[in-house]
Amino acid sequence: MNGTRTRRGYKAAAAAGAGFALLLAGCSGGGGGDDDSTAEPSADCADFESYGDLSGKTISIYAGIVAPEDQPYIDSFKPFEDCTGATVDYQADKQFEQQILVRAEAGNPPDIAIVPQPGLLAQLVGTGTVVAAGEGTAANVDEFWDPAWKEYGSVDGTFYAAPSGASVKSLVWYSPAQFEENGWEIPTTLDDLQALSDDIAGTGIRPWCAGIASDAATGWPVTDWMEDMMLRTAGPEVFDQWIAHEIPFNAAEPTAALDAVGGYLKNDEYVNGGFGDVTSIASTAFQDAGLPILDGQCALHRQASFYAANWPEGTEVAEDGDVFAFYLPSETADDRPVLGAGEFVTLFADRPEVQALAEFWSSDTWANIKAQASSELTGGGWITANTGLDQENLVNPIDILSADIILDENAVFRFDGSDRIPAAANSAFWKEATAWITGQSTSDTLDKIEAAWPAS
Amino acid sequence: MQLAEKFGTMMVALLAFIAVIGLILFLVAVLEKRGVRRVAWFFVGPTALLLLVGLVYPAARTVVRSFFDAANDAFIGLDNYSAIFTSPDQLVVLRNTVLWVLVAPFVATAVGLLYAIIVDGARGEGFAKALIFLPMAISFVGASIIWKFVYEYRFYDPDLAVNPQQIGLLNQVVVWLGGQPQQFLISEPWNNLFLIVVMIWIQAGFAMTILSAAIKAIPADIVEAARLDGVSGVRMFRFITVPTIRPTLVVVLTTIAIGSLKVFDIVRTMTGGLFGTSVVANEFFTQSFSAGNQGLGAALAVLLFVLVVPIIVYNIRQLRASEAR
Repeated sequence: MNGTRTRRGYKAAAAAGAGFALLLAGCSGGGGGDDDSTAEPSADCADFESYGDLSGKTISIYAGIVAPEDQPYIDSFKPFEDCTGATVDYQADKQFEQQILVRAEAGNPPDIAIVPQPGLLAQLVGTGTVVAAGEGTAANVDEFWDPAWKEYGSVDGTFYAAPSGASVKSLVWYSPAQFEENGWEIPTTLDDLQALSDDIAGTGIRPWCAGIASDAATGWPVTDWMEDMMLRTAGPEVFDQWIAHEIPFNAAEPTAALDAVGGYLKNDEYVNGGFGDVTSIASTAFQDAGLPILDGQCALHRQASFYAANWPEGTEVAEDGDVFAFYLPSETADDRPVLGAGEFVTLFADRPEVQALAEFWSSDTWANIKAQASSELTGGGWITANTGLDQENLVNPIDILSADIILDENAVFRFDGSDRIPAAANSAFWKEATAWITGQSTSDTLDKIEAAWPAS
Repeated sequence: MQLAEKFGTMMVALLAFIAVIGLILFLVAVLEKRGVRRVAWFFVGPTALLLLVGLVYPAARTVVRSFFDAANDAFIGLDNYSAIFTSPDQLVVLRNTVLWVLVAPFVATAVGLLYAIIVDGARGEGFAKALIFLPMAISFVGASIIWKFVYEYRFYDPDLAVNPQQIGLLNQVVVWLGGQPQQFLISEPWNNLFLIVVMIWIQAGFAMTILSAAIKAIPADIVEAARLDGVSGVRMFRFITVPTIRPTLVVVLTTIAIGSLKVFDIVRTMTGGLFGTSVVANEFFTQSFSAGNQGLGAALAVLLFVLVVPIIVYNIRQLRASEAR
């Protein structure tokens, strides 16, 4: 996706591709190619025996993941199709988030939907059309995922949807060359980060660049900043209470967290490298916000792993390349809170073949097949929080970094809170965060979001 | 395959439409011999039915909806309406809408009128008129994107050796004149005026065309008589031109005023209603579909309706008056 790979990356891609091809060959036994398959044709299919014979059954999948990222998904189901005889029909369009609600309410849902937000999952469950995950799926999730993830796939205590892909938001993009030239070190604590920012500001450039313009969703990067800071200054427990509205949105901890963000984003010494003063954050598209790093006009840009796709063609994203990212540090080097996001495999039908596919989907086998397929077809750009993921299957340096962060033993993962709070509160969060950038005080900002929280 | 399916569905819908129209026309032809009144019902009936289903019913539902809370669970009386007139954010929305209705129609009409008088009878009149009329051909969204580029901001620091290239026309002009680039779309409350400029740019052409036609229709004998009495220049404009075309002026003013009241595209495209630029129509959309507060959204829609109706009534009356002349 970012069009650049290290030499190591190519080798790994080739190896992964070969492995994947072998796996496919192994699984295609039983058809006309029986004679070609050499080594243990049934060995790989043995994993699928528990699903039984599903010949002639069709499972429909609907998602918002379109070309080119759809092909690795389609390919990842091939072993399942070949070994069980079932057919997987994958459909995707960009209007998924609106359409899936319409389809569910109209009684015409797919068998499986890939839902990118717990909030949307809860809305879908509210329509009464979602089917709970089967025991096999639940067992896989217990085995391979951090318990927090099971929670995100649950609504009111019932476990509905197993997680699929994941992304890491707690990243700061930087230029390795610029850091080396100036002798800057990757910070390991928030104090270090502050000191580094002062250092950089001392050299005459504004250290941070940011941009929050994103059409109707303008403001969301500030909400990510604030959530990351909240996880660091108040801790995951208070973060959970805050997102669940057990403490007011404008309580002391969130106020401190937003002020801490203000120490960076509303500090004229620190922003907005390459774009102007603080208000230019509001008018800069989030896609463009990190680009001044390439010209040395800015040194640091906090944005999720998917920002890798926004660097111009020919930019090498690697630890020794043009740009790379480091983990946004916490108060101490041992605290590892991670803000992230992900998708959930939501079922609308209880047929055995649908439950079987969902179970396969939640297994370590699938996670590795999918990682290989992504590495081979799109140069990576996909990770999962499935602890069964073998990192050998990743080729993209950002994927490897993200997987390291998310699968770290000390990592405390929290799902993006604005995807989990009520729509009215989220809309106010975006809007007031934007007003905050253009001058509104922290207390006014949080008071207004608190006021917009729907009474329930 | 999906495409073929969709195309097939469309063909079925088209055929059904043709069949229904054909049936109506056939019945009309049969009934025509029996009396005109029945035929009239056949034409009025479908229209009335569609209006009822597509307009009257949703309007009534919206009014009812505006008395309920965000989740449509509890009746809350006039709370949504009181929110519009008391919450600080909503008051900004009302202020902006008032600003739009006051500034856009008068400035657009004034520009159009002046232009019409200046180019009237001049050489190359057609070409000059085409120039100002052209923006009418551009959609609001297209015009908004054009103007967003005009207002685009890049910083300029005189102490720096290299500054980013200004890509906004207006800020480039400011820099040429030795000024500092401005965030036209962010600095409140002036950003509202920069949005209104887009409306004026589009509507001045409309005003000019209609008013120019009205001016040309002023009877020559009136102008002649005024000249003989020694009237010319500004006094001719004040005492002859304006009073004669007054009904047309009112129609133009009110038409642009209705457009300004309902303005949505420009605000949505250029600022999304952020930075204190939201107007009633945009706020209605935001509250209903992003913020999930359909009660408040419905109340805003009803308010918009109530504001537009008197202007439409006045507009139609004036239109009749100007046609009667």
